[in-house]
Amino acid sequence: MNKTIKQGAWLFVIPVVVLVAFNALIPLMTVVNYSMQETFGDNVFFWEGLRWFEQVLNSERFHDSFVRQITFTAIILLIEVPLGIAIALCMPRKGFWVSVCLVLMALPLLIPWNVVGAMWNIFALPDIGLLGYTINAIGIEYNFTRQPFAAWFTTILMDVWHWTSLVVLLAYAGLSAIPDAYYQAAKIDGASRWAVFIWIQLPKMKRVLTIAILLRFMDSFMIYTEPFVLTGGGPGNTTTFLSIDLVKLALGQFDLGPAAAMSLIYFFIVLLICWVFYTLMMKNEQQ
Amino acid sequence: MLDLSWMAWTWPTAAFFVFILLCIVSMGVWEKFSPGGAPRRGVFGLETTRGDRLFISLLGSIFIFLGWLWVFSTPLWGALILSIIWTIFVFTRV
Repeated sequence: MNKTIKQGAWLFVIPVVVLVAFNALIPLMTVVNYSMQETFGDNVFFWEGLRWFEQVLNSERFHDSFVRQITFTAIILLIEVPLGIAIALCMPRKGFWVSVCLVLMALPLLIPWNVVGAMWNIFALPDIGLLGYTINAIGIEYNFTRQPFAAWFTTILMDVWHWTSLVVLLAYAGLSAIPDAYYQAAKIDGASRWAVFIWIQLPKMKRVLTIAILLRFMDSFMIYTEPFVLTGGGPGNTTTFLSIDLVKLALGQFDLGPAAAMSLIYFFIVLLICWVFYTLMMKNEQQ
Repeated sequence: MLDLSWMAWTWPTAAFFVFILLCIVSMGVWEKFSPGGAPRRGVFGLETTRGDRLFISLLGSIFIFLGWLWVFSTPLWGALILSIIWTIFVFTRV
């Protein structure tokens, strides 16, 4: 069979190419240029070569915020994914309560990031916030503006509150797509609740869960607004994640060269991890 | 004339982007004269096209260079040699 090949279709791609050029390529090229130079403003630049890359790669500050970032992402993934699956399993499949549950679950996702940060900031304040006051009232000393552990606890709790719903909704969609016949077959075989989960529900949710993990990974790895509003990266530097550190470097200190080098390294790490996730996802699908 | 001074272009960075562009263009030329970009399964069990292999080579090379810079500092000739070996490996085996 002869297929007609019309290369003209490529023309339709032009708008998106132009758009990507303006919002991604040109800024990225500029960042690469800045990462090799030093500037004191006024578009005057001095060539520095790879100095900034070397400085960032060897800086303890970058290592520390990277470790904090990875730890934060790992913790929230370990909490949100199992919790999301558990909530999705508990949600009703039919009837009036389905819509109620779905709307309740979707609510945190609709709230803008900075509002979430501000809400939790007030909620967790030790003297007037409901959470902070209650914890202190039961005899545990809690002050997220002073204690690193309390700051981490609050930041993680806030992220879990904000984003577990996403995992729930995706897992619920995966569960709803399983035909009744599977459950009937499991019933005939006398399968336990655990066996149904391991052999039917989990494999059927695999695809949506991969997407959920990828999305949560990306968002948490690049998290900025919520911890910035909640703790401002403090106390000290204990909740200064990569993006907060980057903004401090670029806008706080106006060290554009090192900041550009740091953002490129940050970008490559994100790119690598996304590629690994994407490849695994595609590999699963082929099987 | 557009004022592009804010982009702070330099010859080495421009050469870097020209190199990437040339890589992509030469992939097209290669495919035109010697088609063979269909996916194949390599040593890692991944199905890759020629374009995927270019991406893997470049991404790997970035980390080879960054790692070298971190551990051994400049000059980067060793990293360049490693990257070339990595690229040949990816294009022939992956």
